[in-house]
Amino acid sequence: MQKRVVFRNWWLPYLLVAPQVAVTLVFFIWPAYQALESSLYIEDAFGFSRNFVGLENFEALWRDPSYLRSFRTTLVFGLSVTVLSMGMALALALAANRVIRAATTYRTFLIWPYAVAPALAGVLWFFMMNPSLGIVAYWLEAVFGYDWNHYVNGNQALIMVIIAAAWKQISYNFLFFLAGLQSIPKSLIEAAAIDGASPARRFWTVVFPLLSPTTFFLLVVNLVYAFFDTFAIIHATTSGGPADSTSILVYKVYNTGFVGQDYGSSAAQSVVLMVLVIAMTAIQFRFVERKVTY
Amino acid sequence: MTFRVIAAATAASALAFSAQAQDRTEIQFWHAMGGQLGERTDAFATDFNAMQDQCTVTTVYQGDYTETMTSAIAAFRAGEQPQIVQVFEVGTATMMAAAANGAVYPVHQLMADQGIDFDESSYLPGVISYYSDTEGNLLSLPFNSSTPVMWVNLTAFEENGLEIPTTWDEVIEAARVLKQAGFASPFGQGWQSWTMIENYSAWHDLPIGTMENGFAGTGTELLINNEHVVNHIQRLADMAEEGLYAYGGRRGDSRPQFVNGEAAMWINSSAYFGGFLNDIQDFEFTQVPMPYDPAVRSEPQNSVIGGATLWVLRGHDDAEYACTAAFLDFLATADQQAEWAMATGYVPITTAAADLMESRGFFAENPGTDVAITQLTLNEPTPNSRGLRFGNFVQIRDVINEELEAVWSGQKTAQEAMDAAVSRGNELLRRFEAAN
Repeated sequence: MQKRVVFRNWWLPYLLVAPQVAVTLVFFIWPAYQALESSLYIEDAFGFSRNFVGLENFEALWRDPSYLRSFRTTLVFGLSVTVLSMGMALALALAANRVIRAATTYRTFLIWPYAVAPALAGVLWFFMMNPSLGIVAYWLEAVFGYDWNHYVNGNQALIMVIIAAAWKQISYNFLFFLAGLQSIPKSLIEAAAIDGASPARRFWTVVFPLLSPTTFFLLVVNLVYAFFDTFAIIHATTSGGPADSTSILVYKVYNTGFVGQDYGSSAAQSVVLMVLVIAMTAIQFRFVERKVTY
Repeated sequence: MTFRVIAAATAASALAFSAQAQDRTEIQFWHAMGGQLGERTDAFATDFNAMQDQCTVTTVYQGDYTETMTSAIAAFRAGEQPQIVQVFEVGTATMMAAAANGAVYPVHQLMADQGIDFDESSYLPGVISYYSDTEGNLLSLPFNSSTPVMWVNLTAFEENGLEIPTTWDEVIEAARVLKQAGFASPFGQGWQSWTMIENYSAWHDLPIGTMENGFAGTGTELLINNEHVVNHIQRLADMAEEGLYAYGGRRGDSRPQFVNGEAAMWINSSAYFGGFLNDIQDFEFTQVPMPYDPAVRSEPQNSVIGGATLWVLRGHDDAEYACTAAFLDFLATADQQAEWAMATGYVPITTAAADLMESRGFFAENPGTDVAITQLTLNEPTPNSRGLRFGNFVQIRDVINEELEAVWSGQKTAQEAMDAAVSRGNELLRRFEAAN
C-alpha cells in the first residue's frame, strides 16, 4: 500500500508549511541571529555607538568566577525543580486517579496553581517564608527551633526558589500524568493484580513503563521551564542573592541586559544558553528517548 | 495587524477626546513611585491638569527605578519615549552620557528656551552638586531626594534607660542592652551600598572612587576597599556574629525588622517617614543622625542624597516642551515641594520649601523630620561628599550587594569581599567607558 501522500500541485506543500516556516523565521531564527550578532559588539544604553569587539564579551564571561558558579547553581536548580515538581505531580495524579467522589473538584483545585503568574508564585512563597513576617518561617522557628533567614543563608534561598518554581509547575505535570494514567487500560492492571503483584510492583512494572512517553515529554518540558521560564520567580524574590547563590543563567541574562544595560554581554550569555539548550535537547533525544516505549 | 488597528482606534478616540478638551497638548510622565508615593505623584498631575487648560500630563507607573529607566531607554530606542522620565541617582552617569549624545534635553536649557525663570541657586547645595554638569547647570529636575538617617524605636530606648547613640561604639553598647531586653536583632539597615558604603564614606569624608568620585571624568577606580570601610563592614559582621545585627535583604526589604520591633535602630532613607506614620502604632519612633566613628574622623562631614530626578527626553515638538516646562515649573514651586516633603519624608529640595515647612510648624510638630536636611547641609560638601558619578553603577551596586552578602553569610571576610567588589566594579567601569 502506498503510504506517501502525493500532492497534485508542486507548490501546495510549500504553501502549507509556509506559515510555520514564517513563524519560525520571525520568532526564532531572526532573534537568535540578532543575539549572535549583538554578542560580538559593545553598545551603549541608548544605542548611539556600537563597537565590534569580536569574542571579548565571551572572554569576559569566562574571566568572571560568578558566571561560572552560575552554571552549577543552574544545574542544581533545574534538576531539583524538575524532580520535585514531577515527583509531586505523579504522586498527586496517582491519588487523584483513585478518587471517585468529587473527582473533578479535586482536579480543578490541583490545576489551579498553573494559572498563577510565575512572579506571583514567587512573591507568594517569599511572603510565607519571610524571616520577619512569614508563616512558614514562624513555624520552622516555633516547632523545630530552626532559624530560617533566606536573606543570609544561600542554601535556604535556593531551596525557597526551588519550591516556588516547582509548586507552580506541579499542576501542569499533574494534568499530563493524570491523562496518561487514565489512558492505561484497566485490564492490564487487573491482570497484574490477579497474578499477585503488589500495588508497588504493579506501579513499577506496568504503570510506570506505560507512562514513559508522558514522563519523557514532561522531562523535556520541565527542564526547559526550569532553565528558561523561572526568571520571574528569581526576579520577584531574591534578585539572585544572597551573594550569587540563586543567580541562575537566565536571570543573569536579564540582569546584565535590562538592569545593567550591557547588551553585548547579555547577548553573549544568551548565546551560551542557546548552545546549552541545543546540547541538552540533543542528549535527551539521543540517550533518554531510547528507554521510552511508545 | 490587530495591534495596529487597536493603536489607530485608540489614537483616533484620543484625538477626538482632546479636540473636545480644547486641543490640549498631552505629555507623558513615567515614574517609579508605587503605593502611597504613587498616589501623591499622580496628584501632582491631576492638580496641574485642573489649574490650566493647555496641557494634560499623563502619569504612568513603570515599576521600580530600574524598570522605569530600562523602559524609558527601550522606548527611546524605539522612538516612543515619554517627555519626562524619573531616573534614580545612580543612573545619572548613564543619562549624562545620553545627554552628550543628544538624547536628553537639559532642564536648564529647556527652561531658558521656554522663557521660564529657573533659579538653580534655590536648591540645596547637596542636591545641586549631585545632578549638575561641570559648569554647574542642572541637567535634570530634582524631584524626590532623601538621605539615610537612623530610625530609632524611642519607646525601647526609654524603657531601657538608654541614650540615643551618636557613635558606632555607642550603637554597639545600646544594641547589647536591647538584646538583653529581648530585641531579636537590635540593629538593622537597608539599601546597604548606599547607606553602609557610599554614605559611610561621605559622612567620614572618605573617597568612594578616584577622580573626585567620578565627577572629574572617566577612567575612575573604586576605593571602597580602604581600611576604614573594611573595618566598618567587619564591625557589622562582628555585630551579626554577636546577634546584634541581622541582615534583612536588599533595598528596603528589611523594613519589617523595624516595624515589627525586631530592630530598634535601623539605618535607611528618611523617606520611610510617611509609611511609618501609617504602619507603626505600637511604639514611638523618630529619626536621628547616622552614627559616626570618631576614630576615622573627629566629626561627621555631610551625607549624600538618594532618590531621583526628572529627565526630559528629546524627540518631541515645541508645544509639548512648553507643557513639559510648565509642569516642571509647577513641581518646583515651594508649595508643591513642601506638600510632597511633608507627606512623604523626602527632603524639601529648595530652601523656599524648607522655609515654608518651618513656618507651618511641621518640623516643630514632627521632631526628627529636620534631621535629613541637617545632615545634608552639615558642612560644605567636599570632593568626597558631593555624591558619586560612576558608569554602570546600577550593576556595581549589585556587585556590592553580592559581596556584602558573602560577608553576612560568613563566606568572606570584609577585606576579601571589598577587594572583590573593587576589582569587579572596576571591570564594569571599564566596560562602560568602552561602550560610551
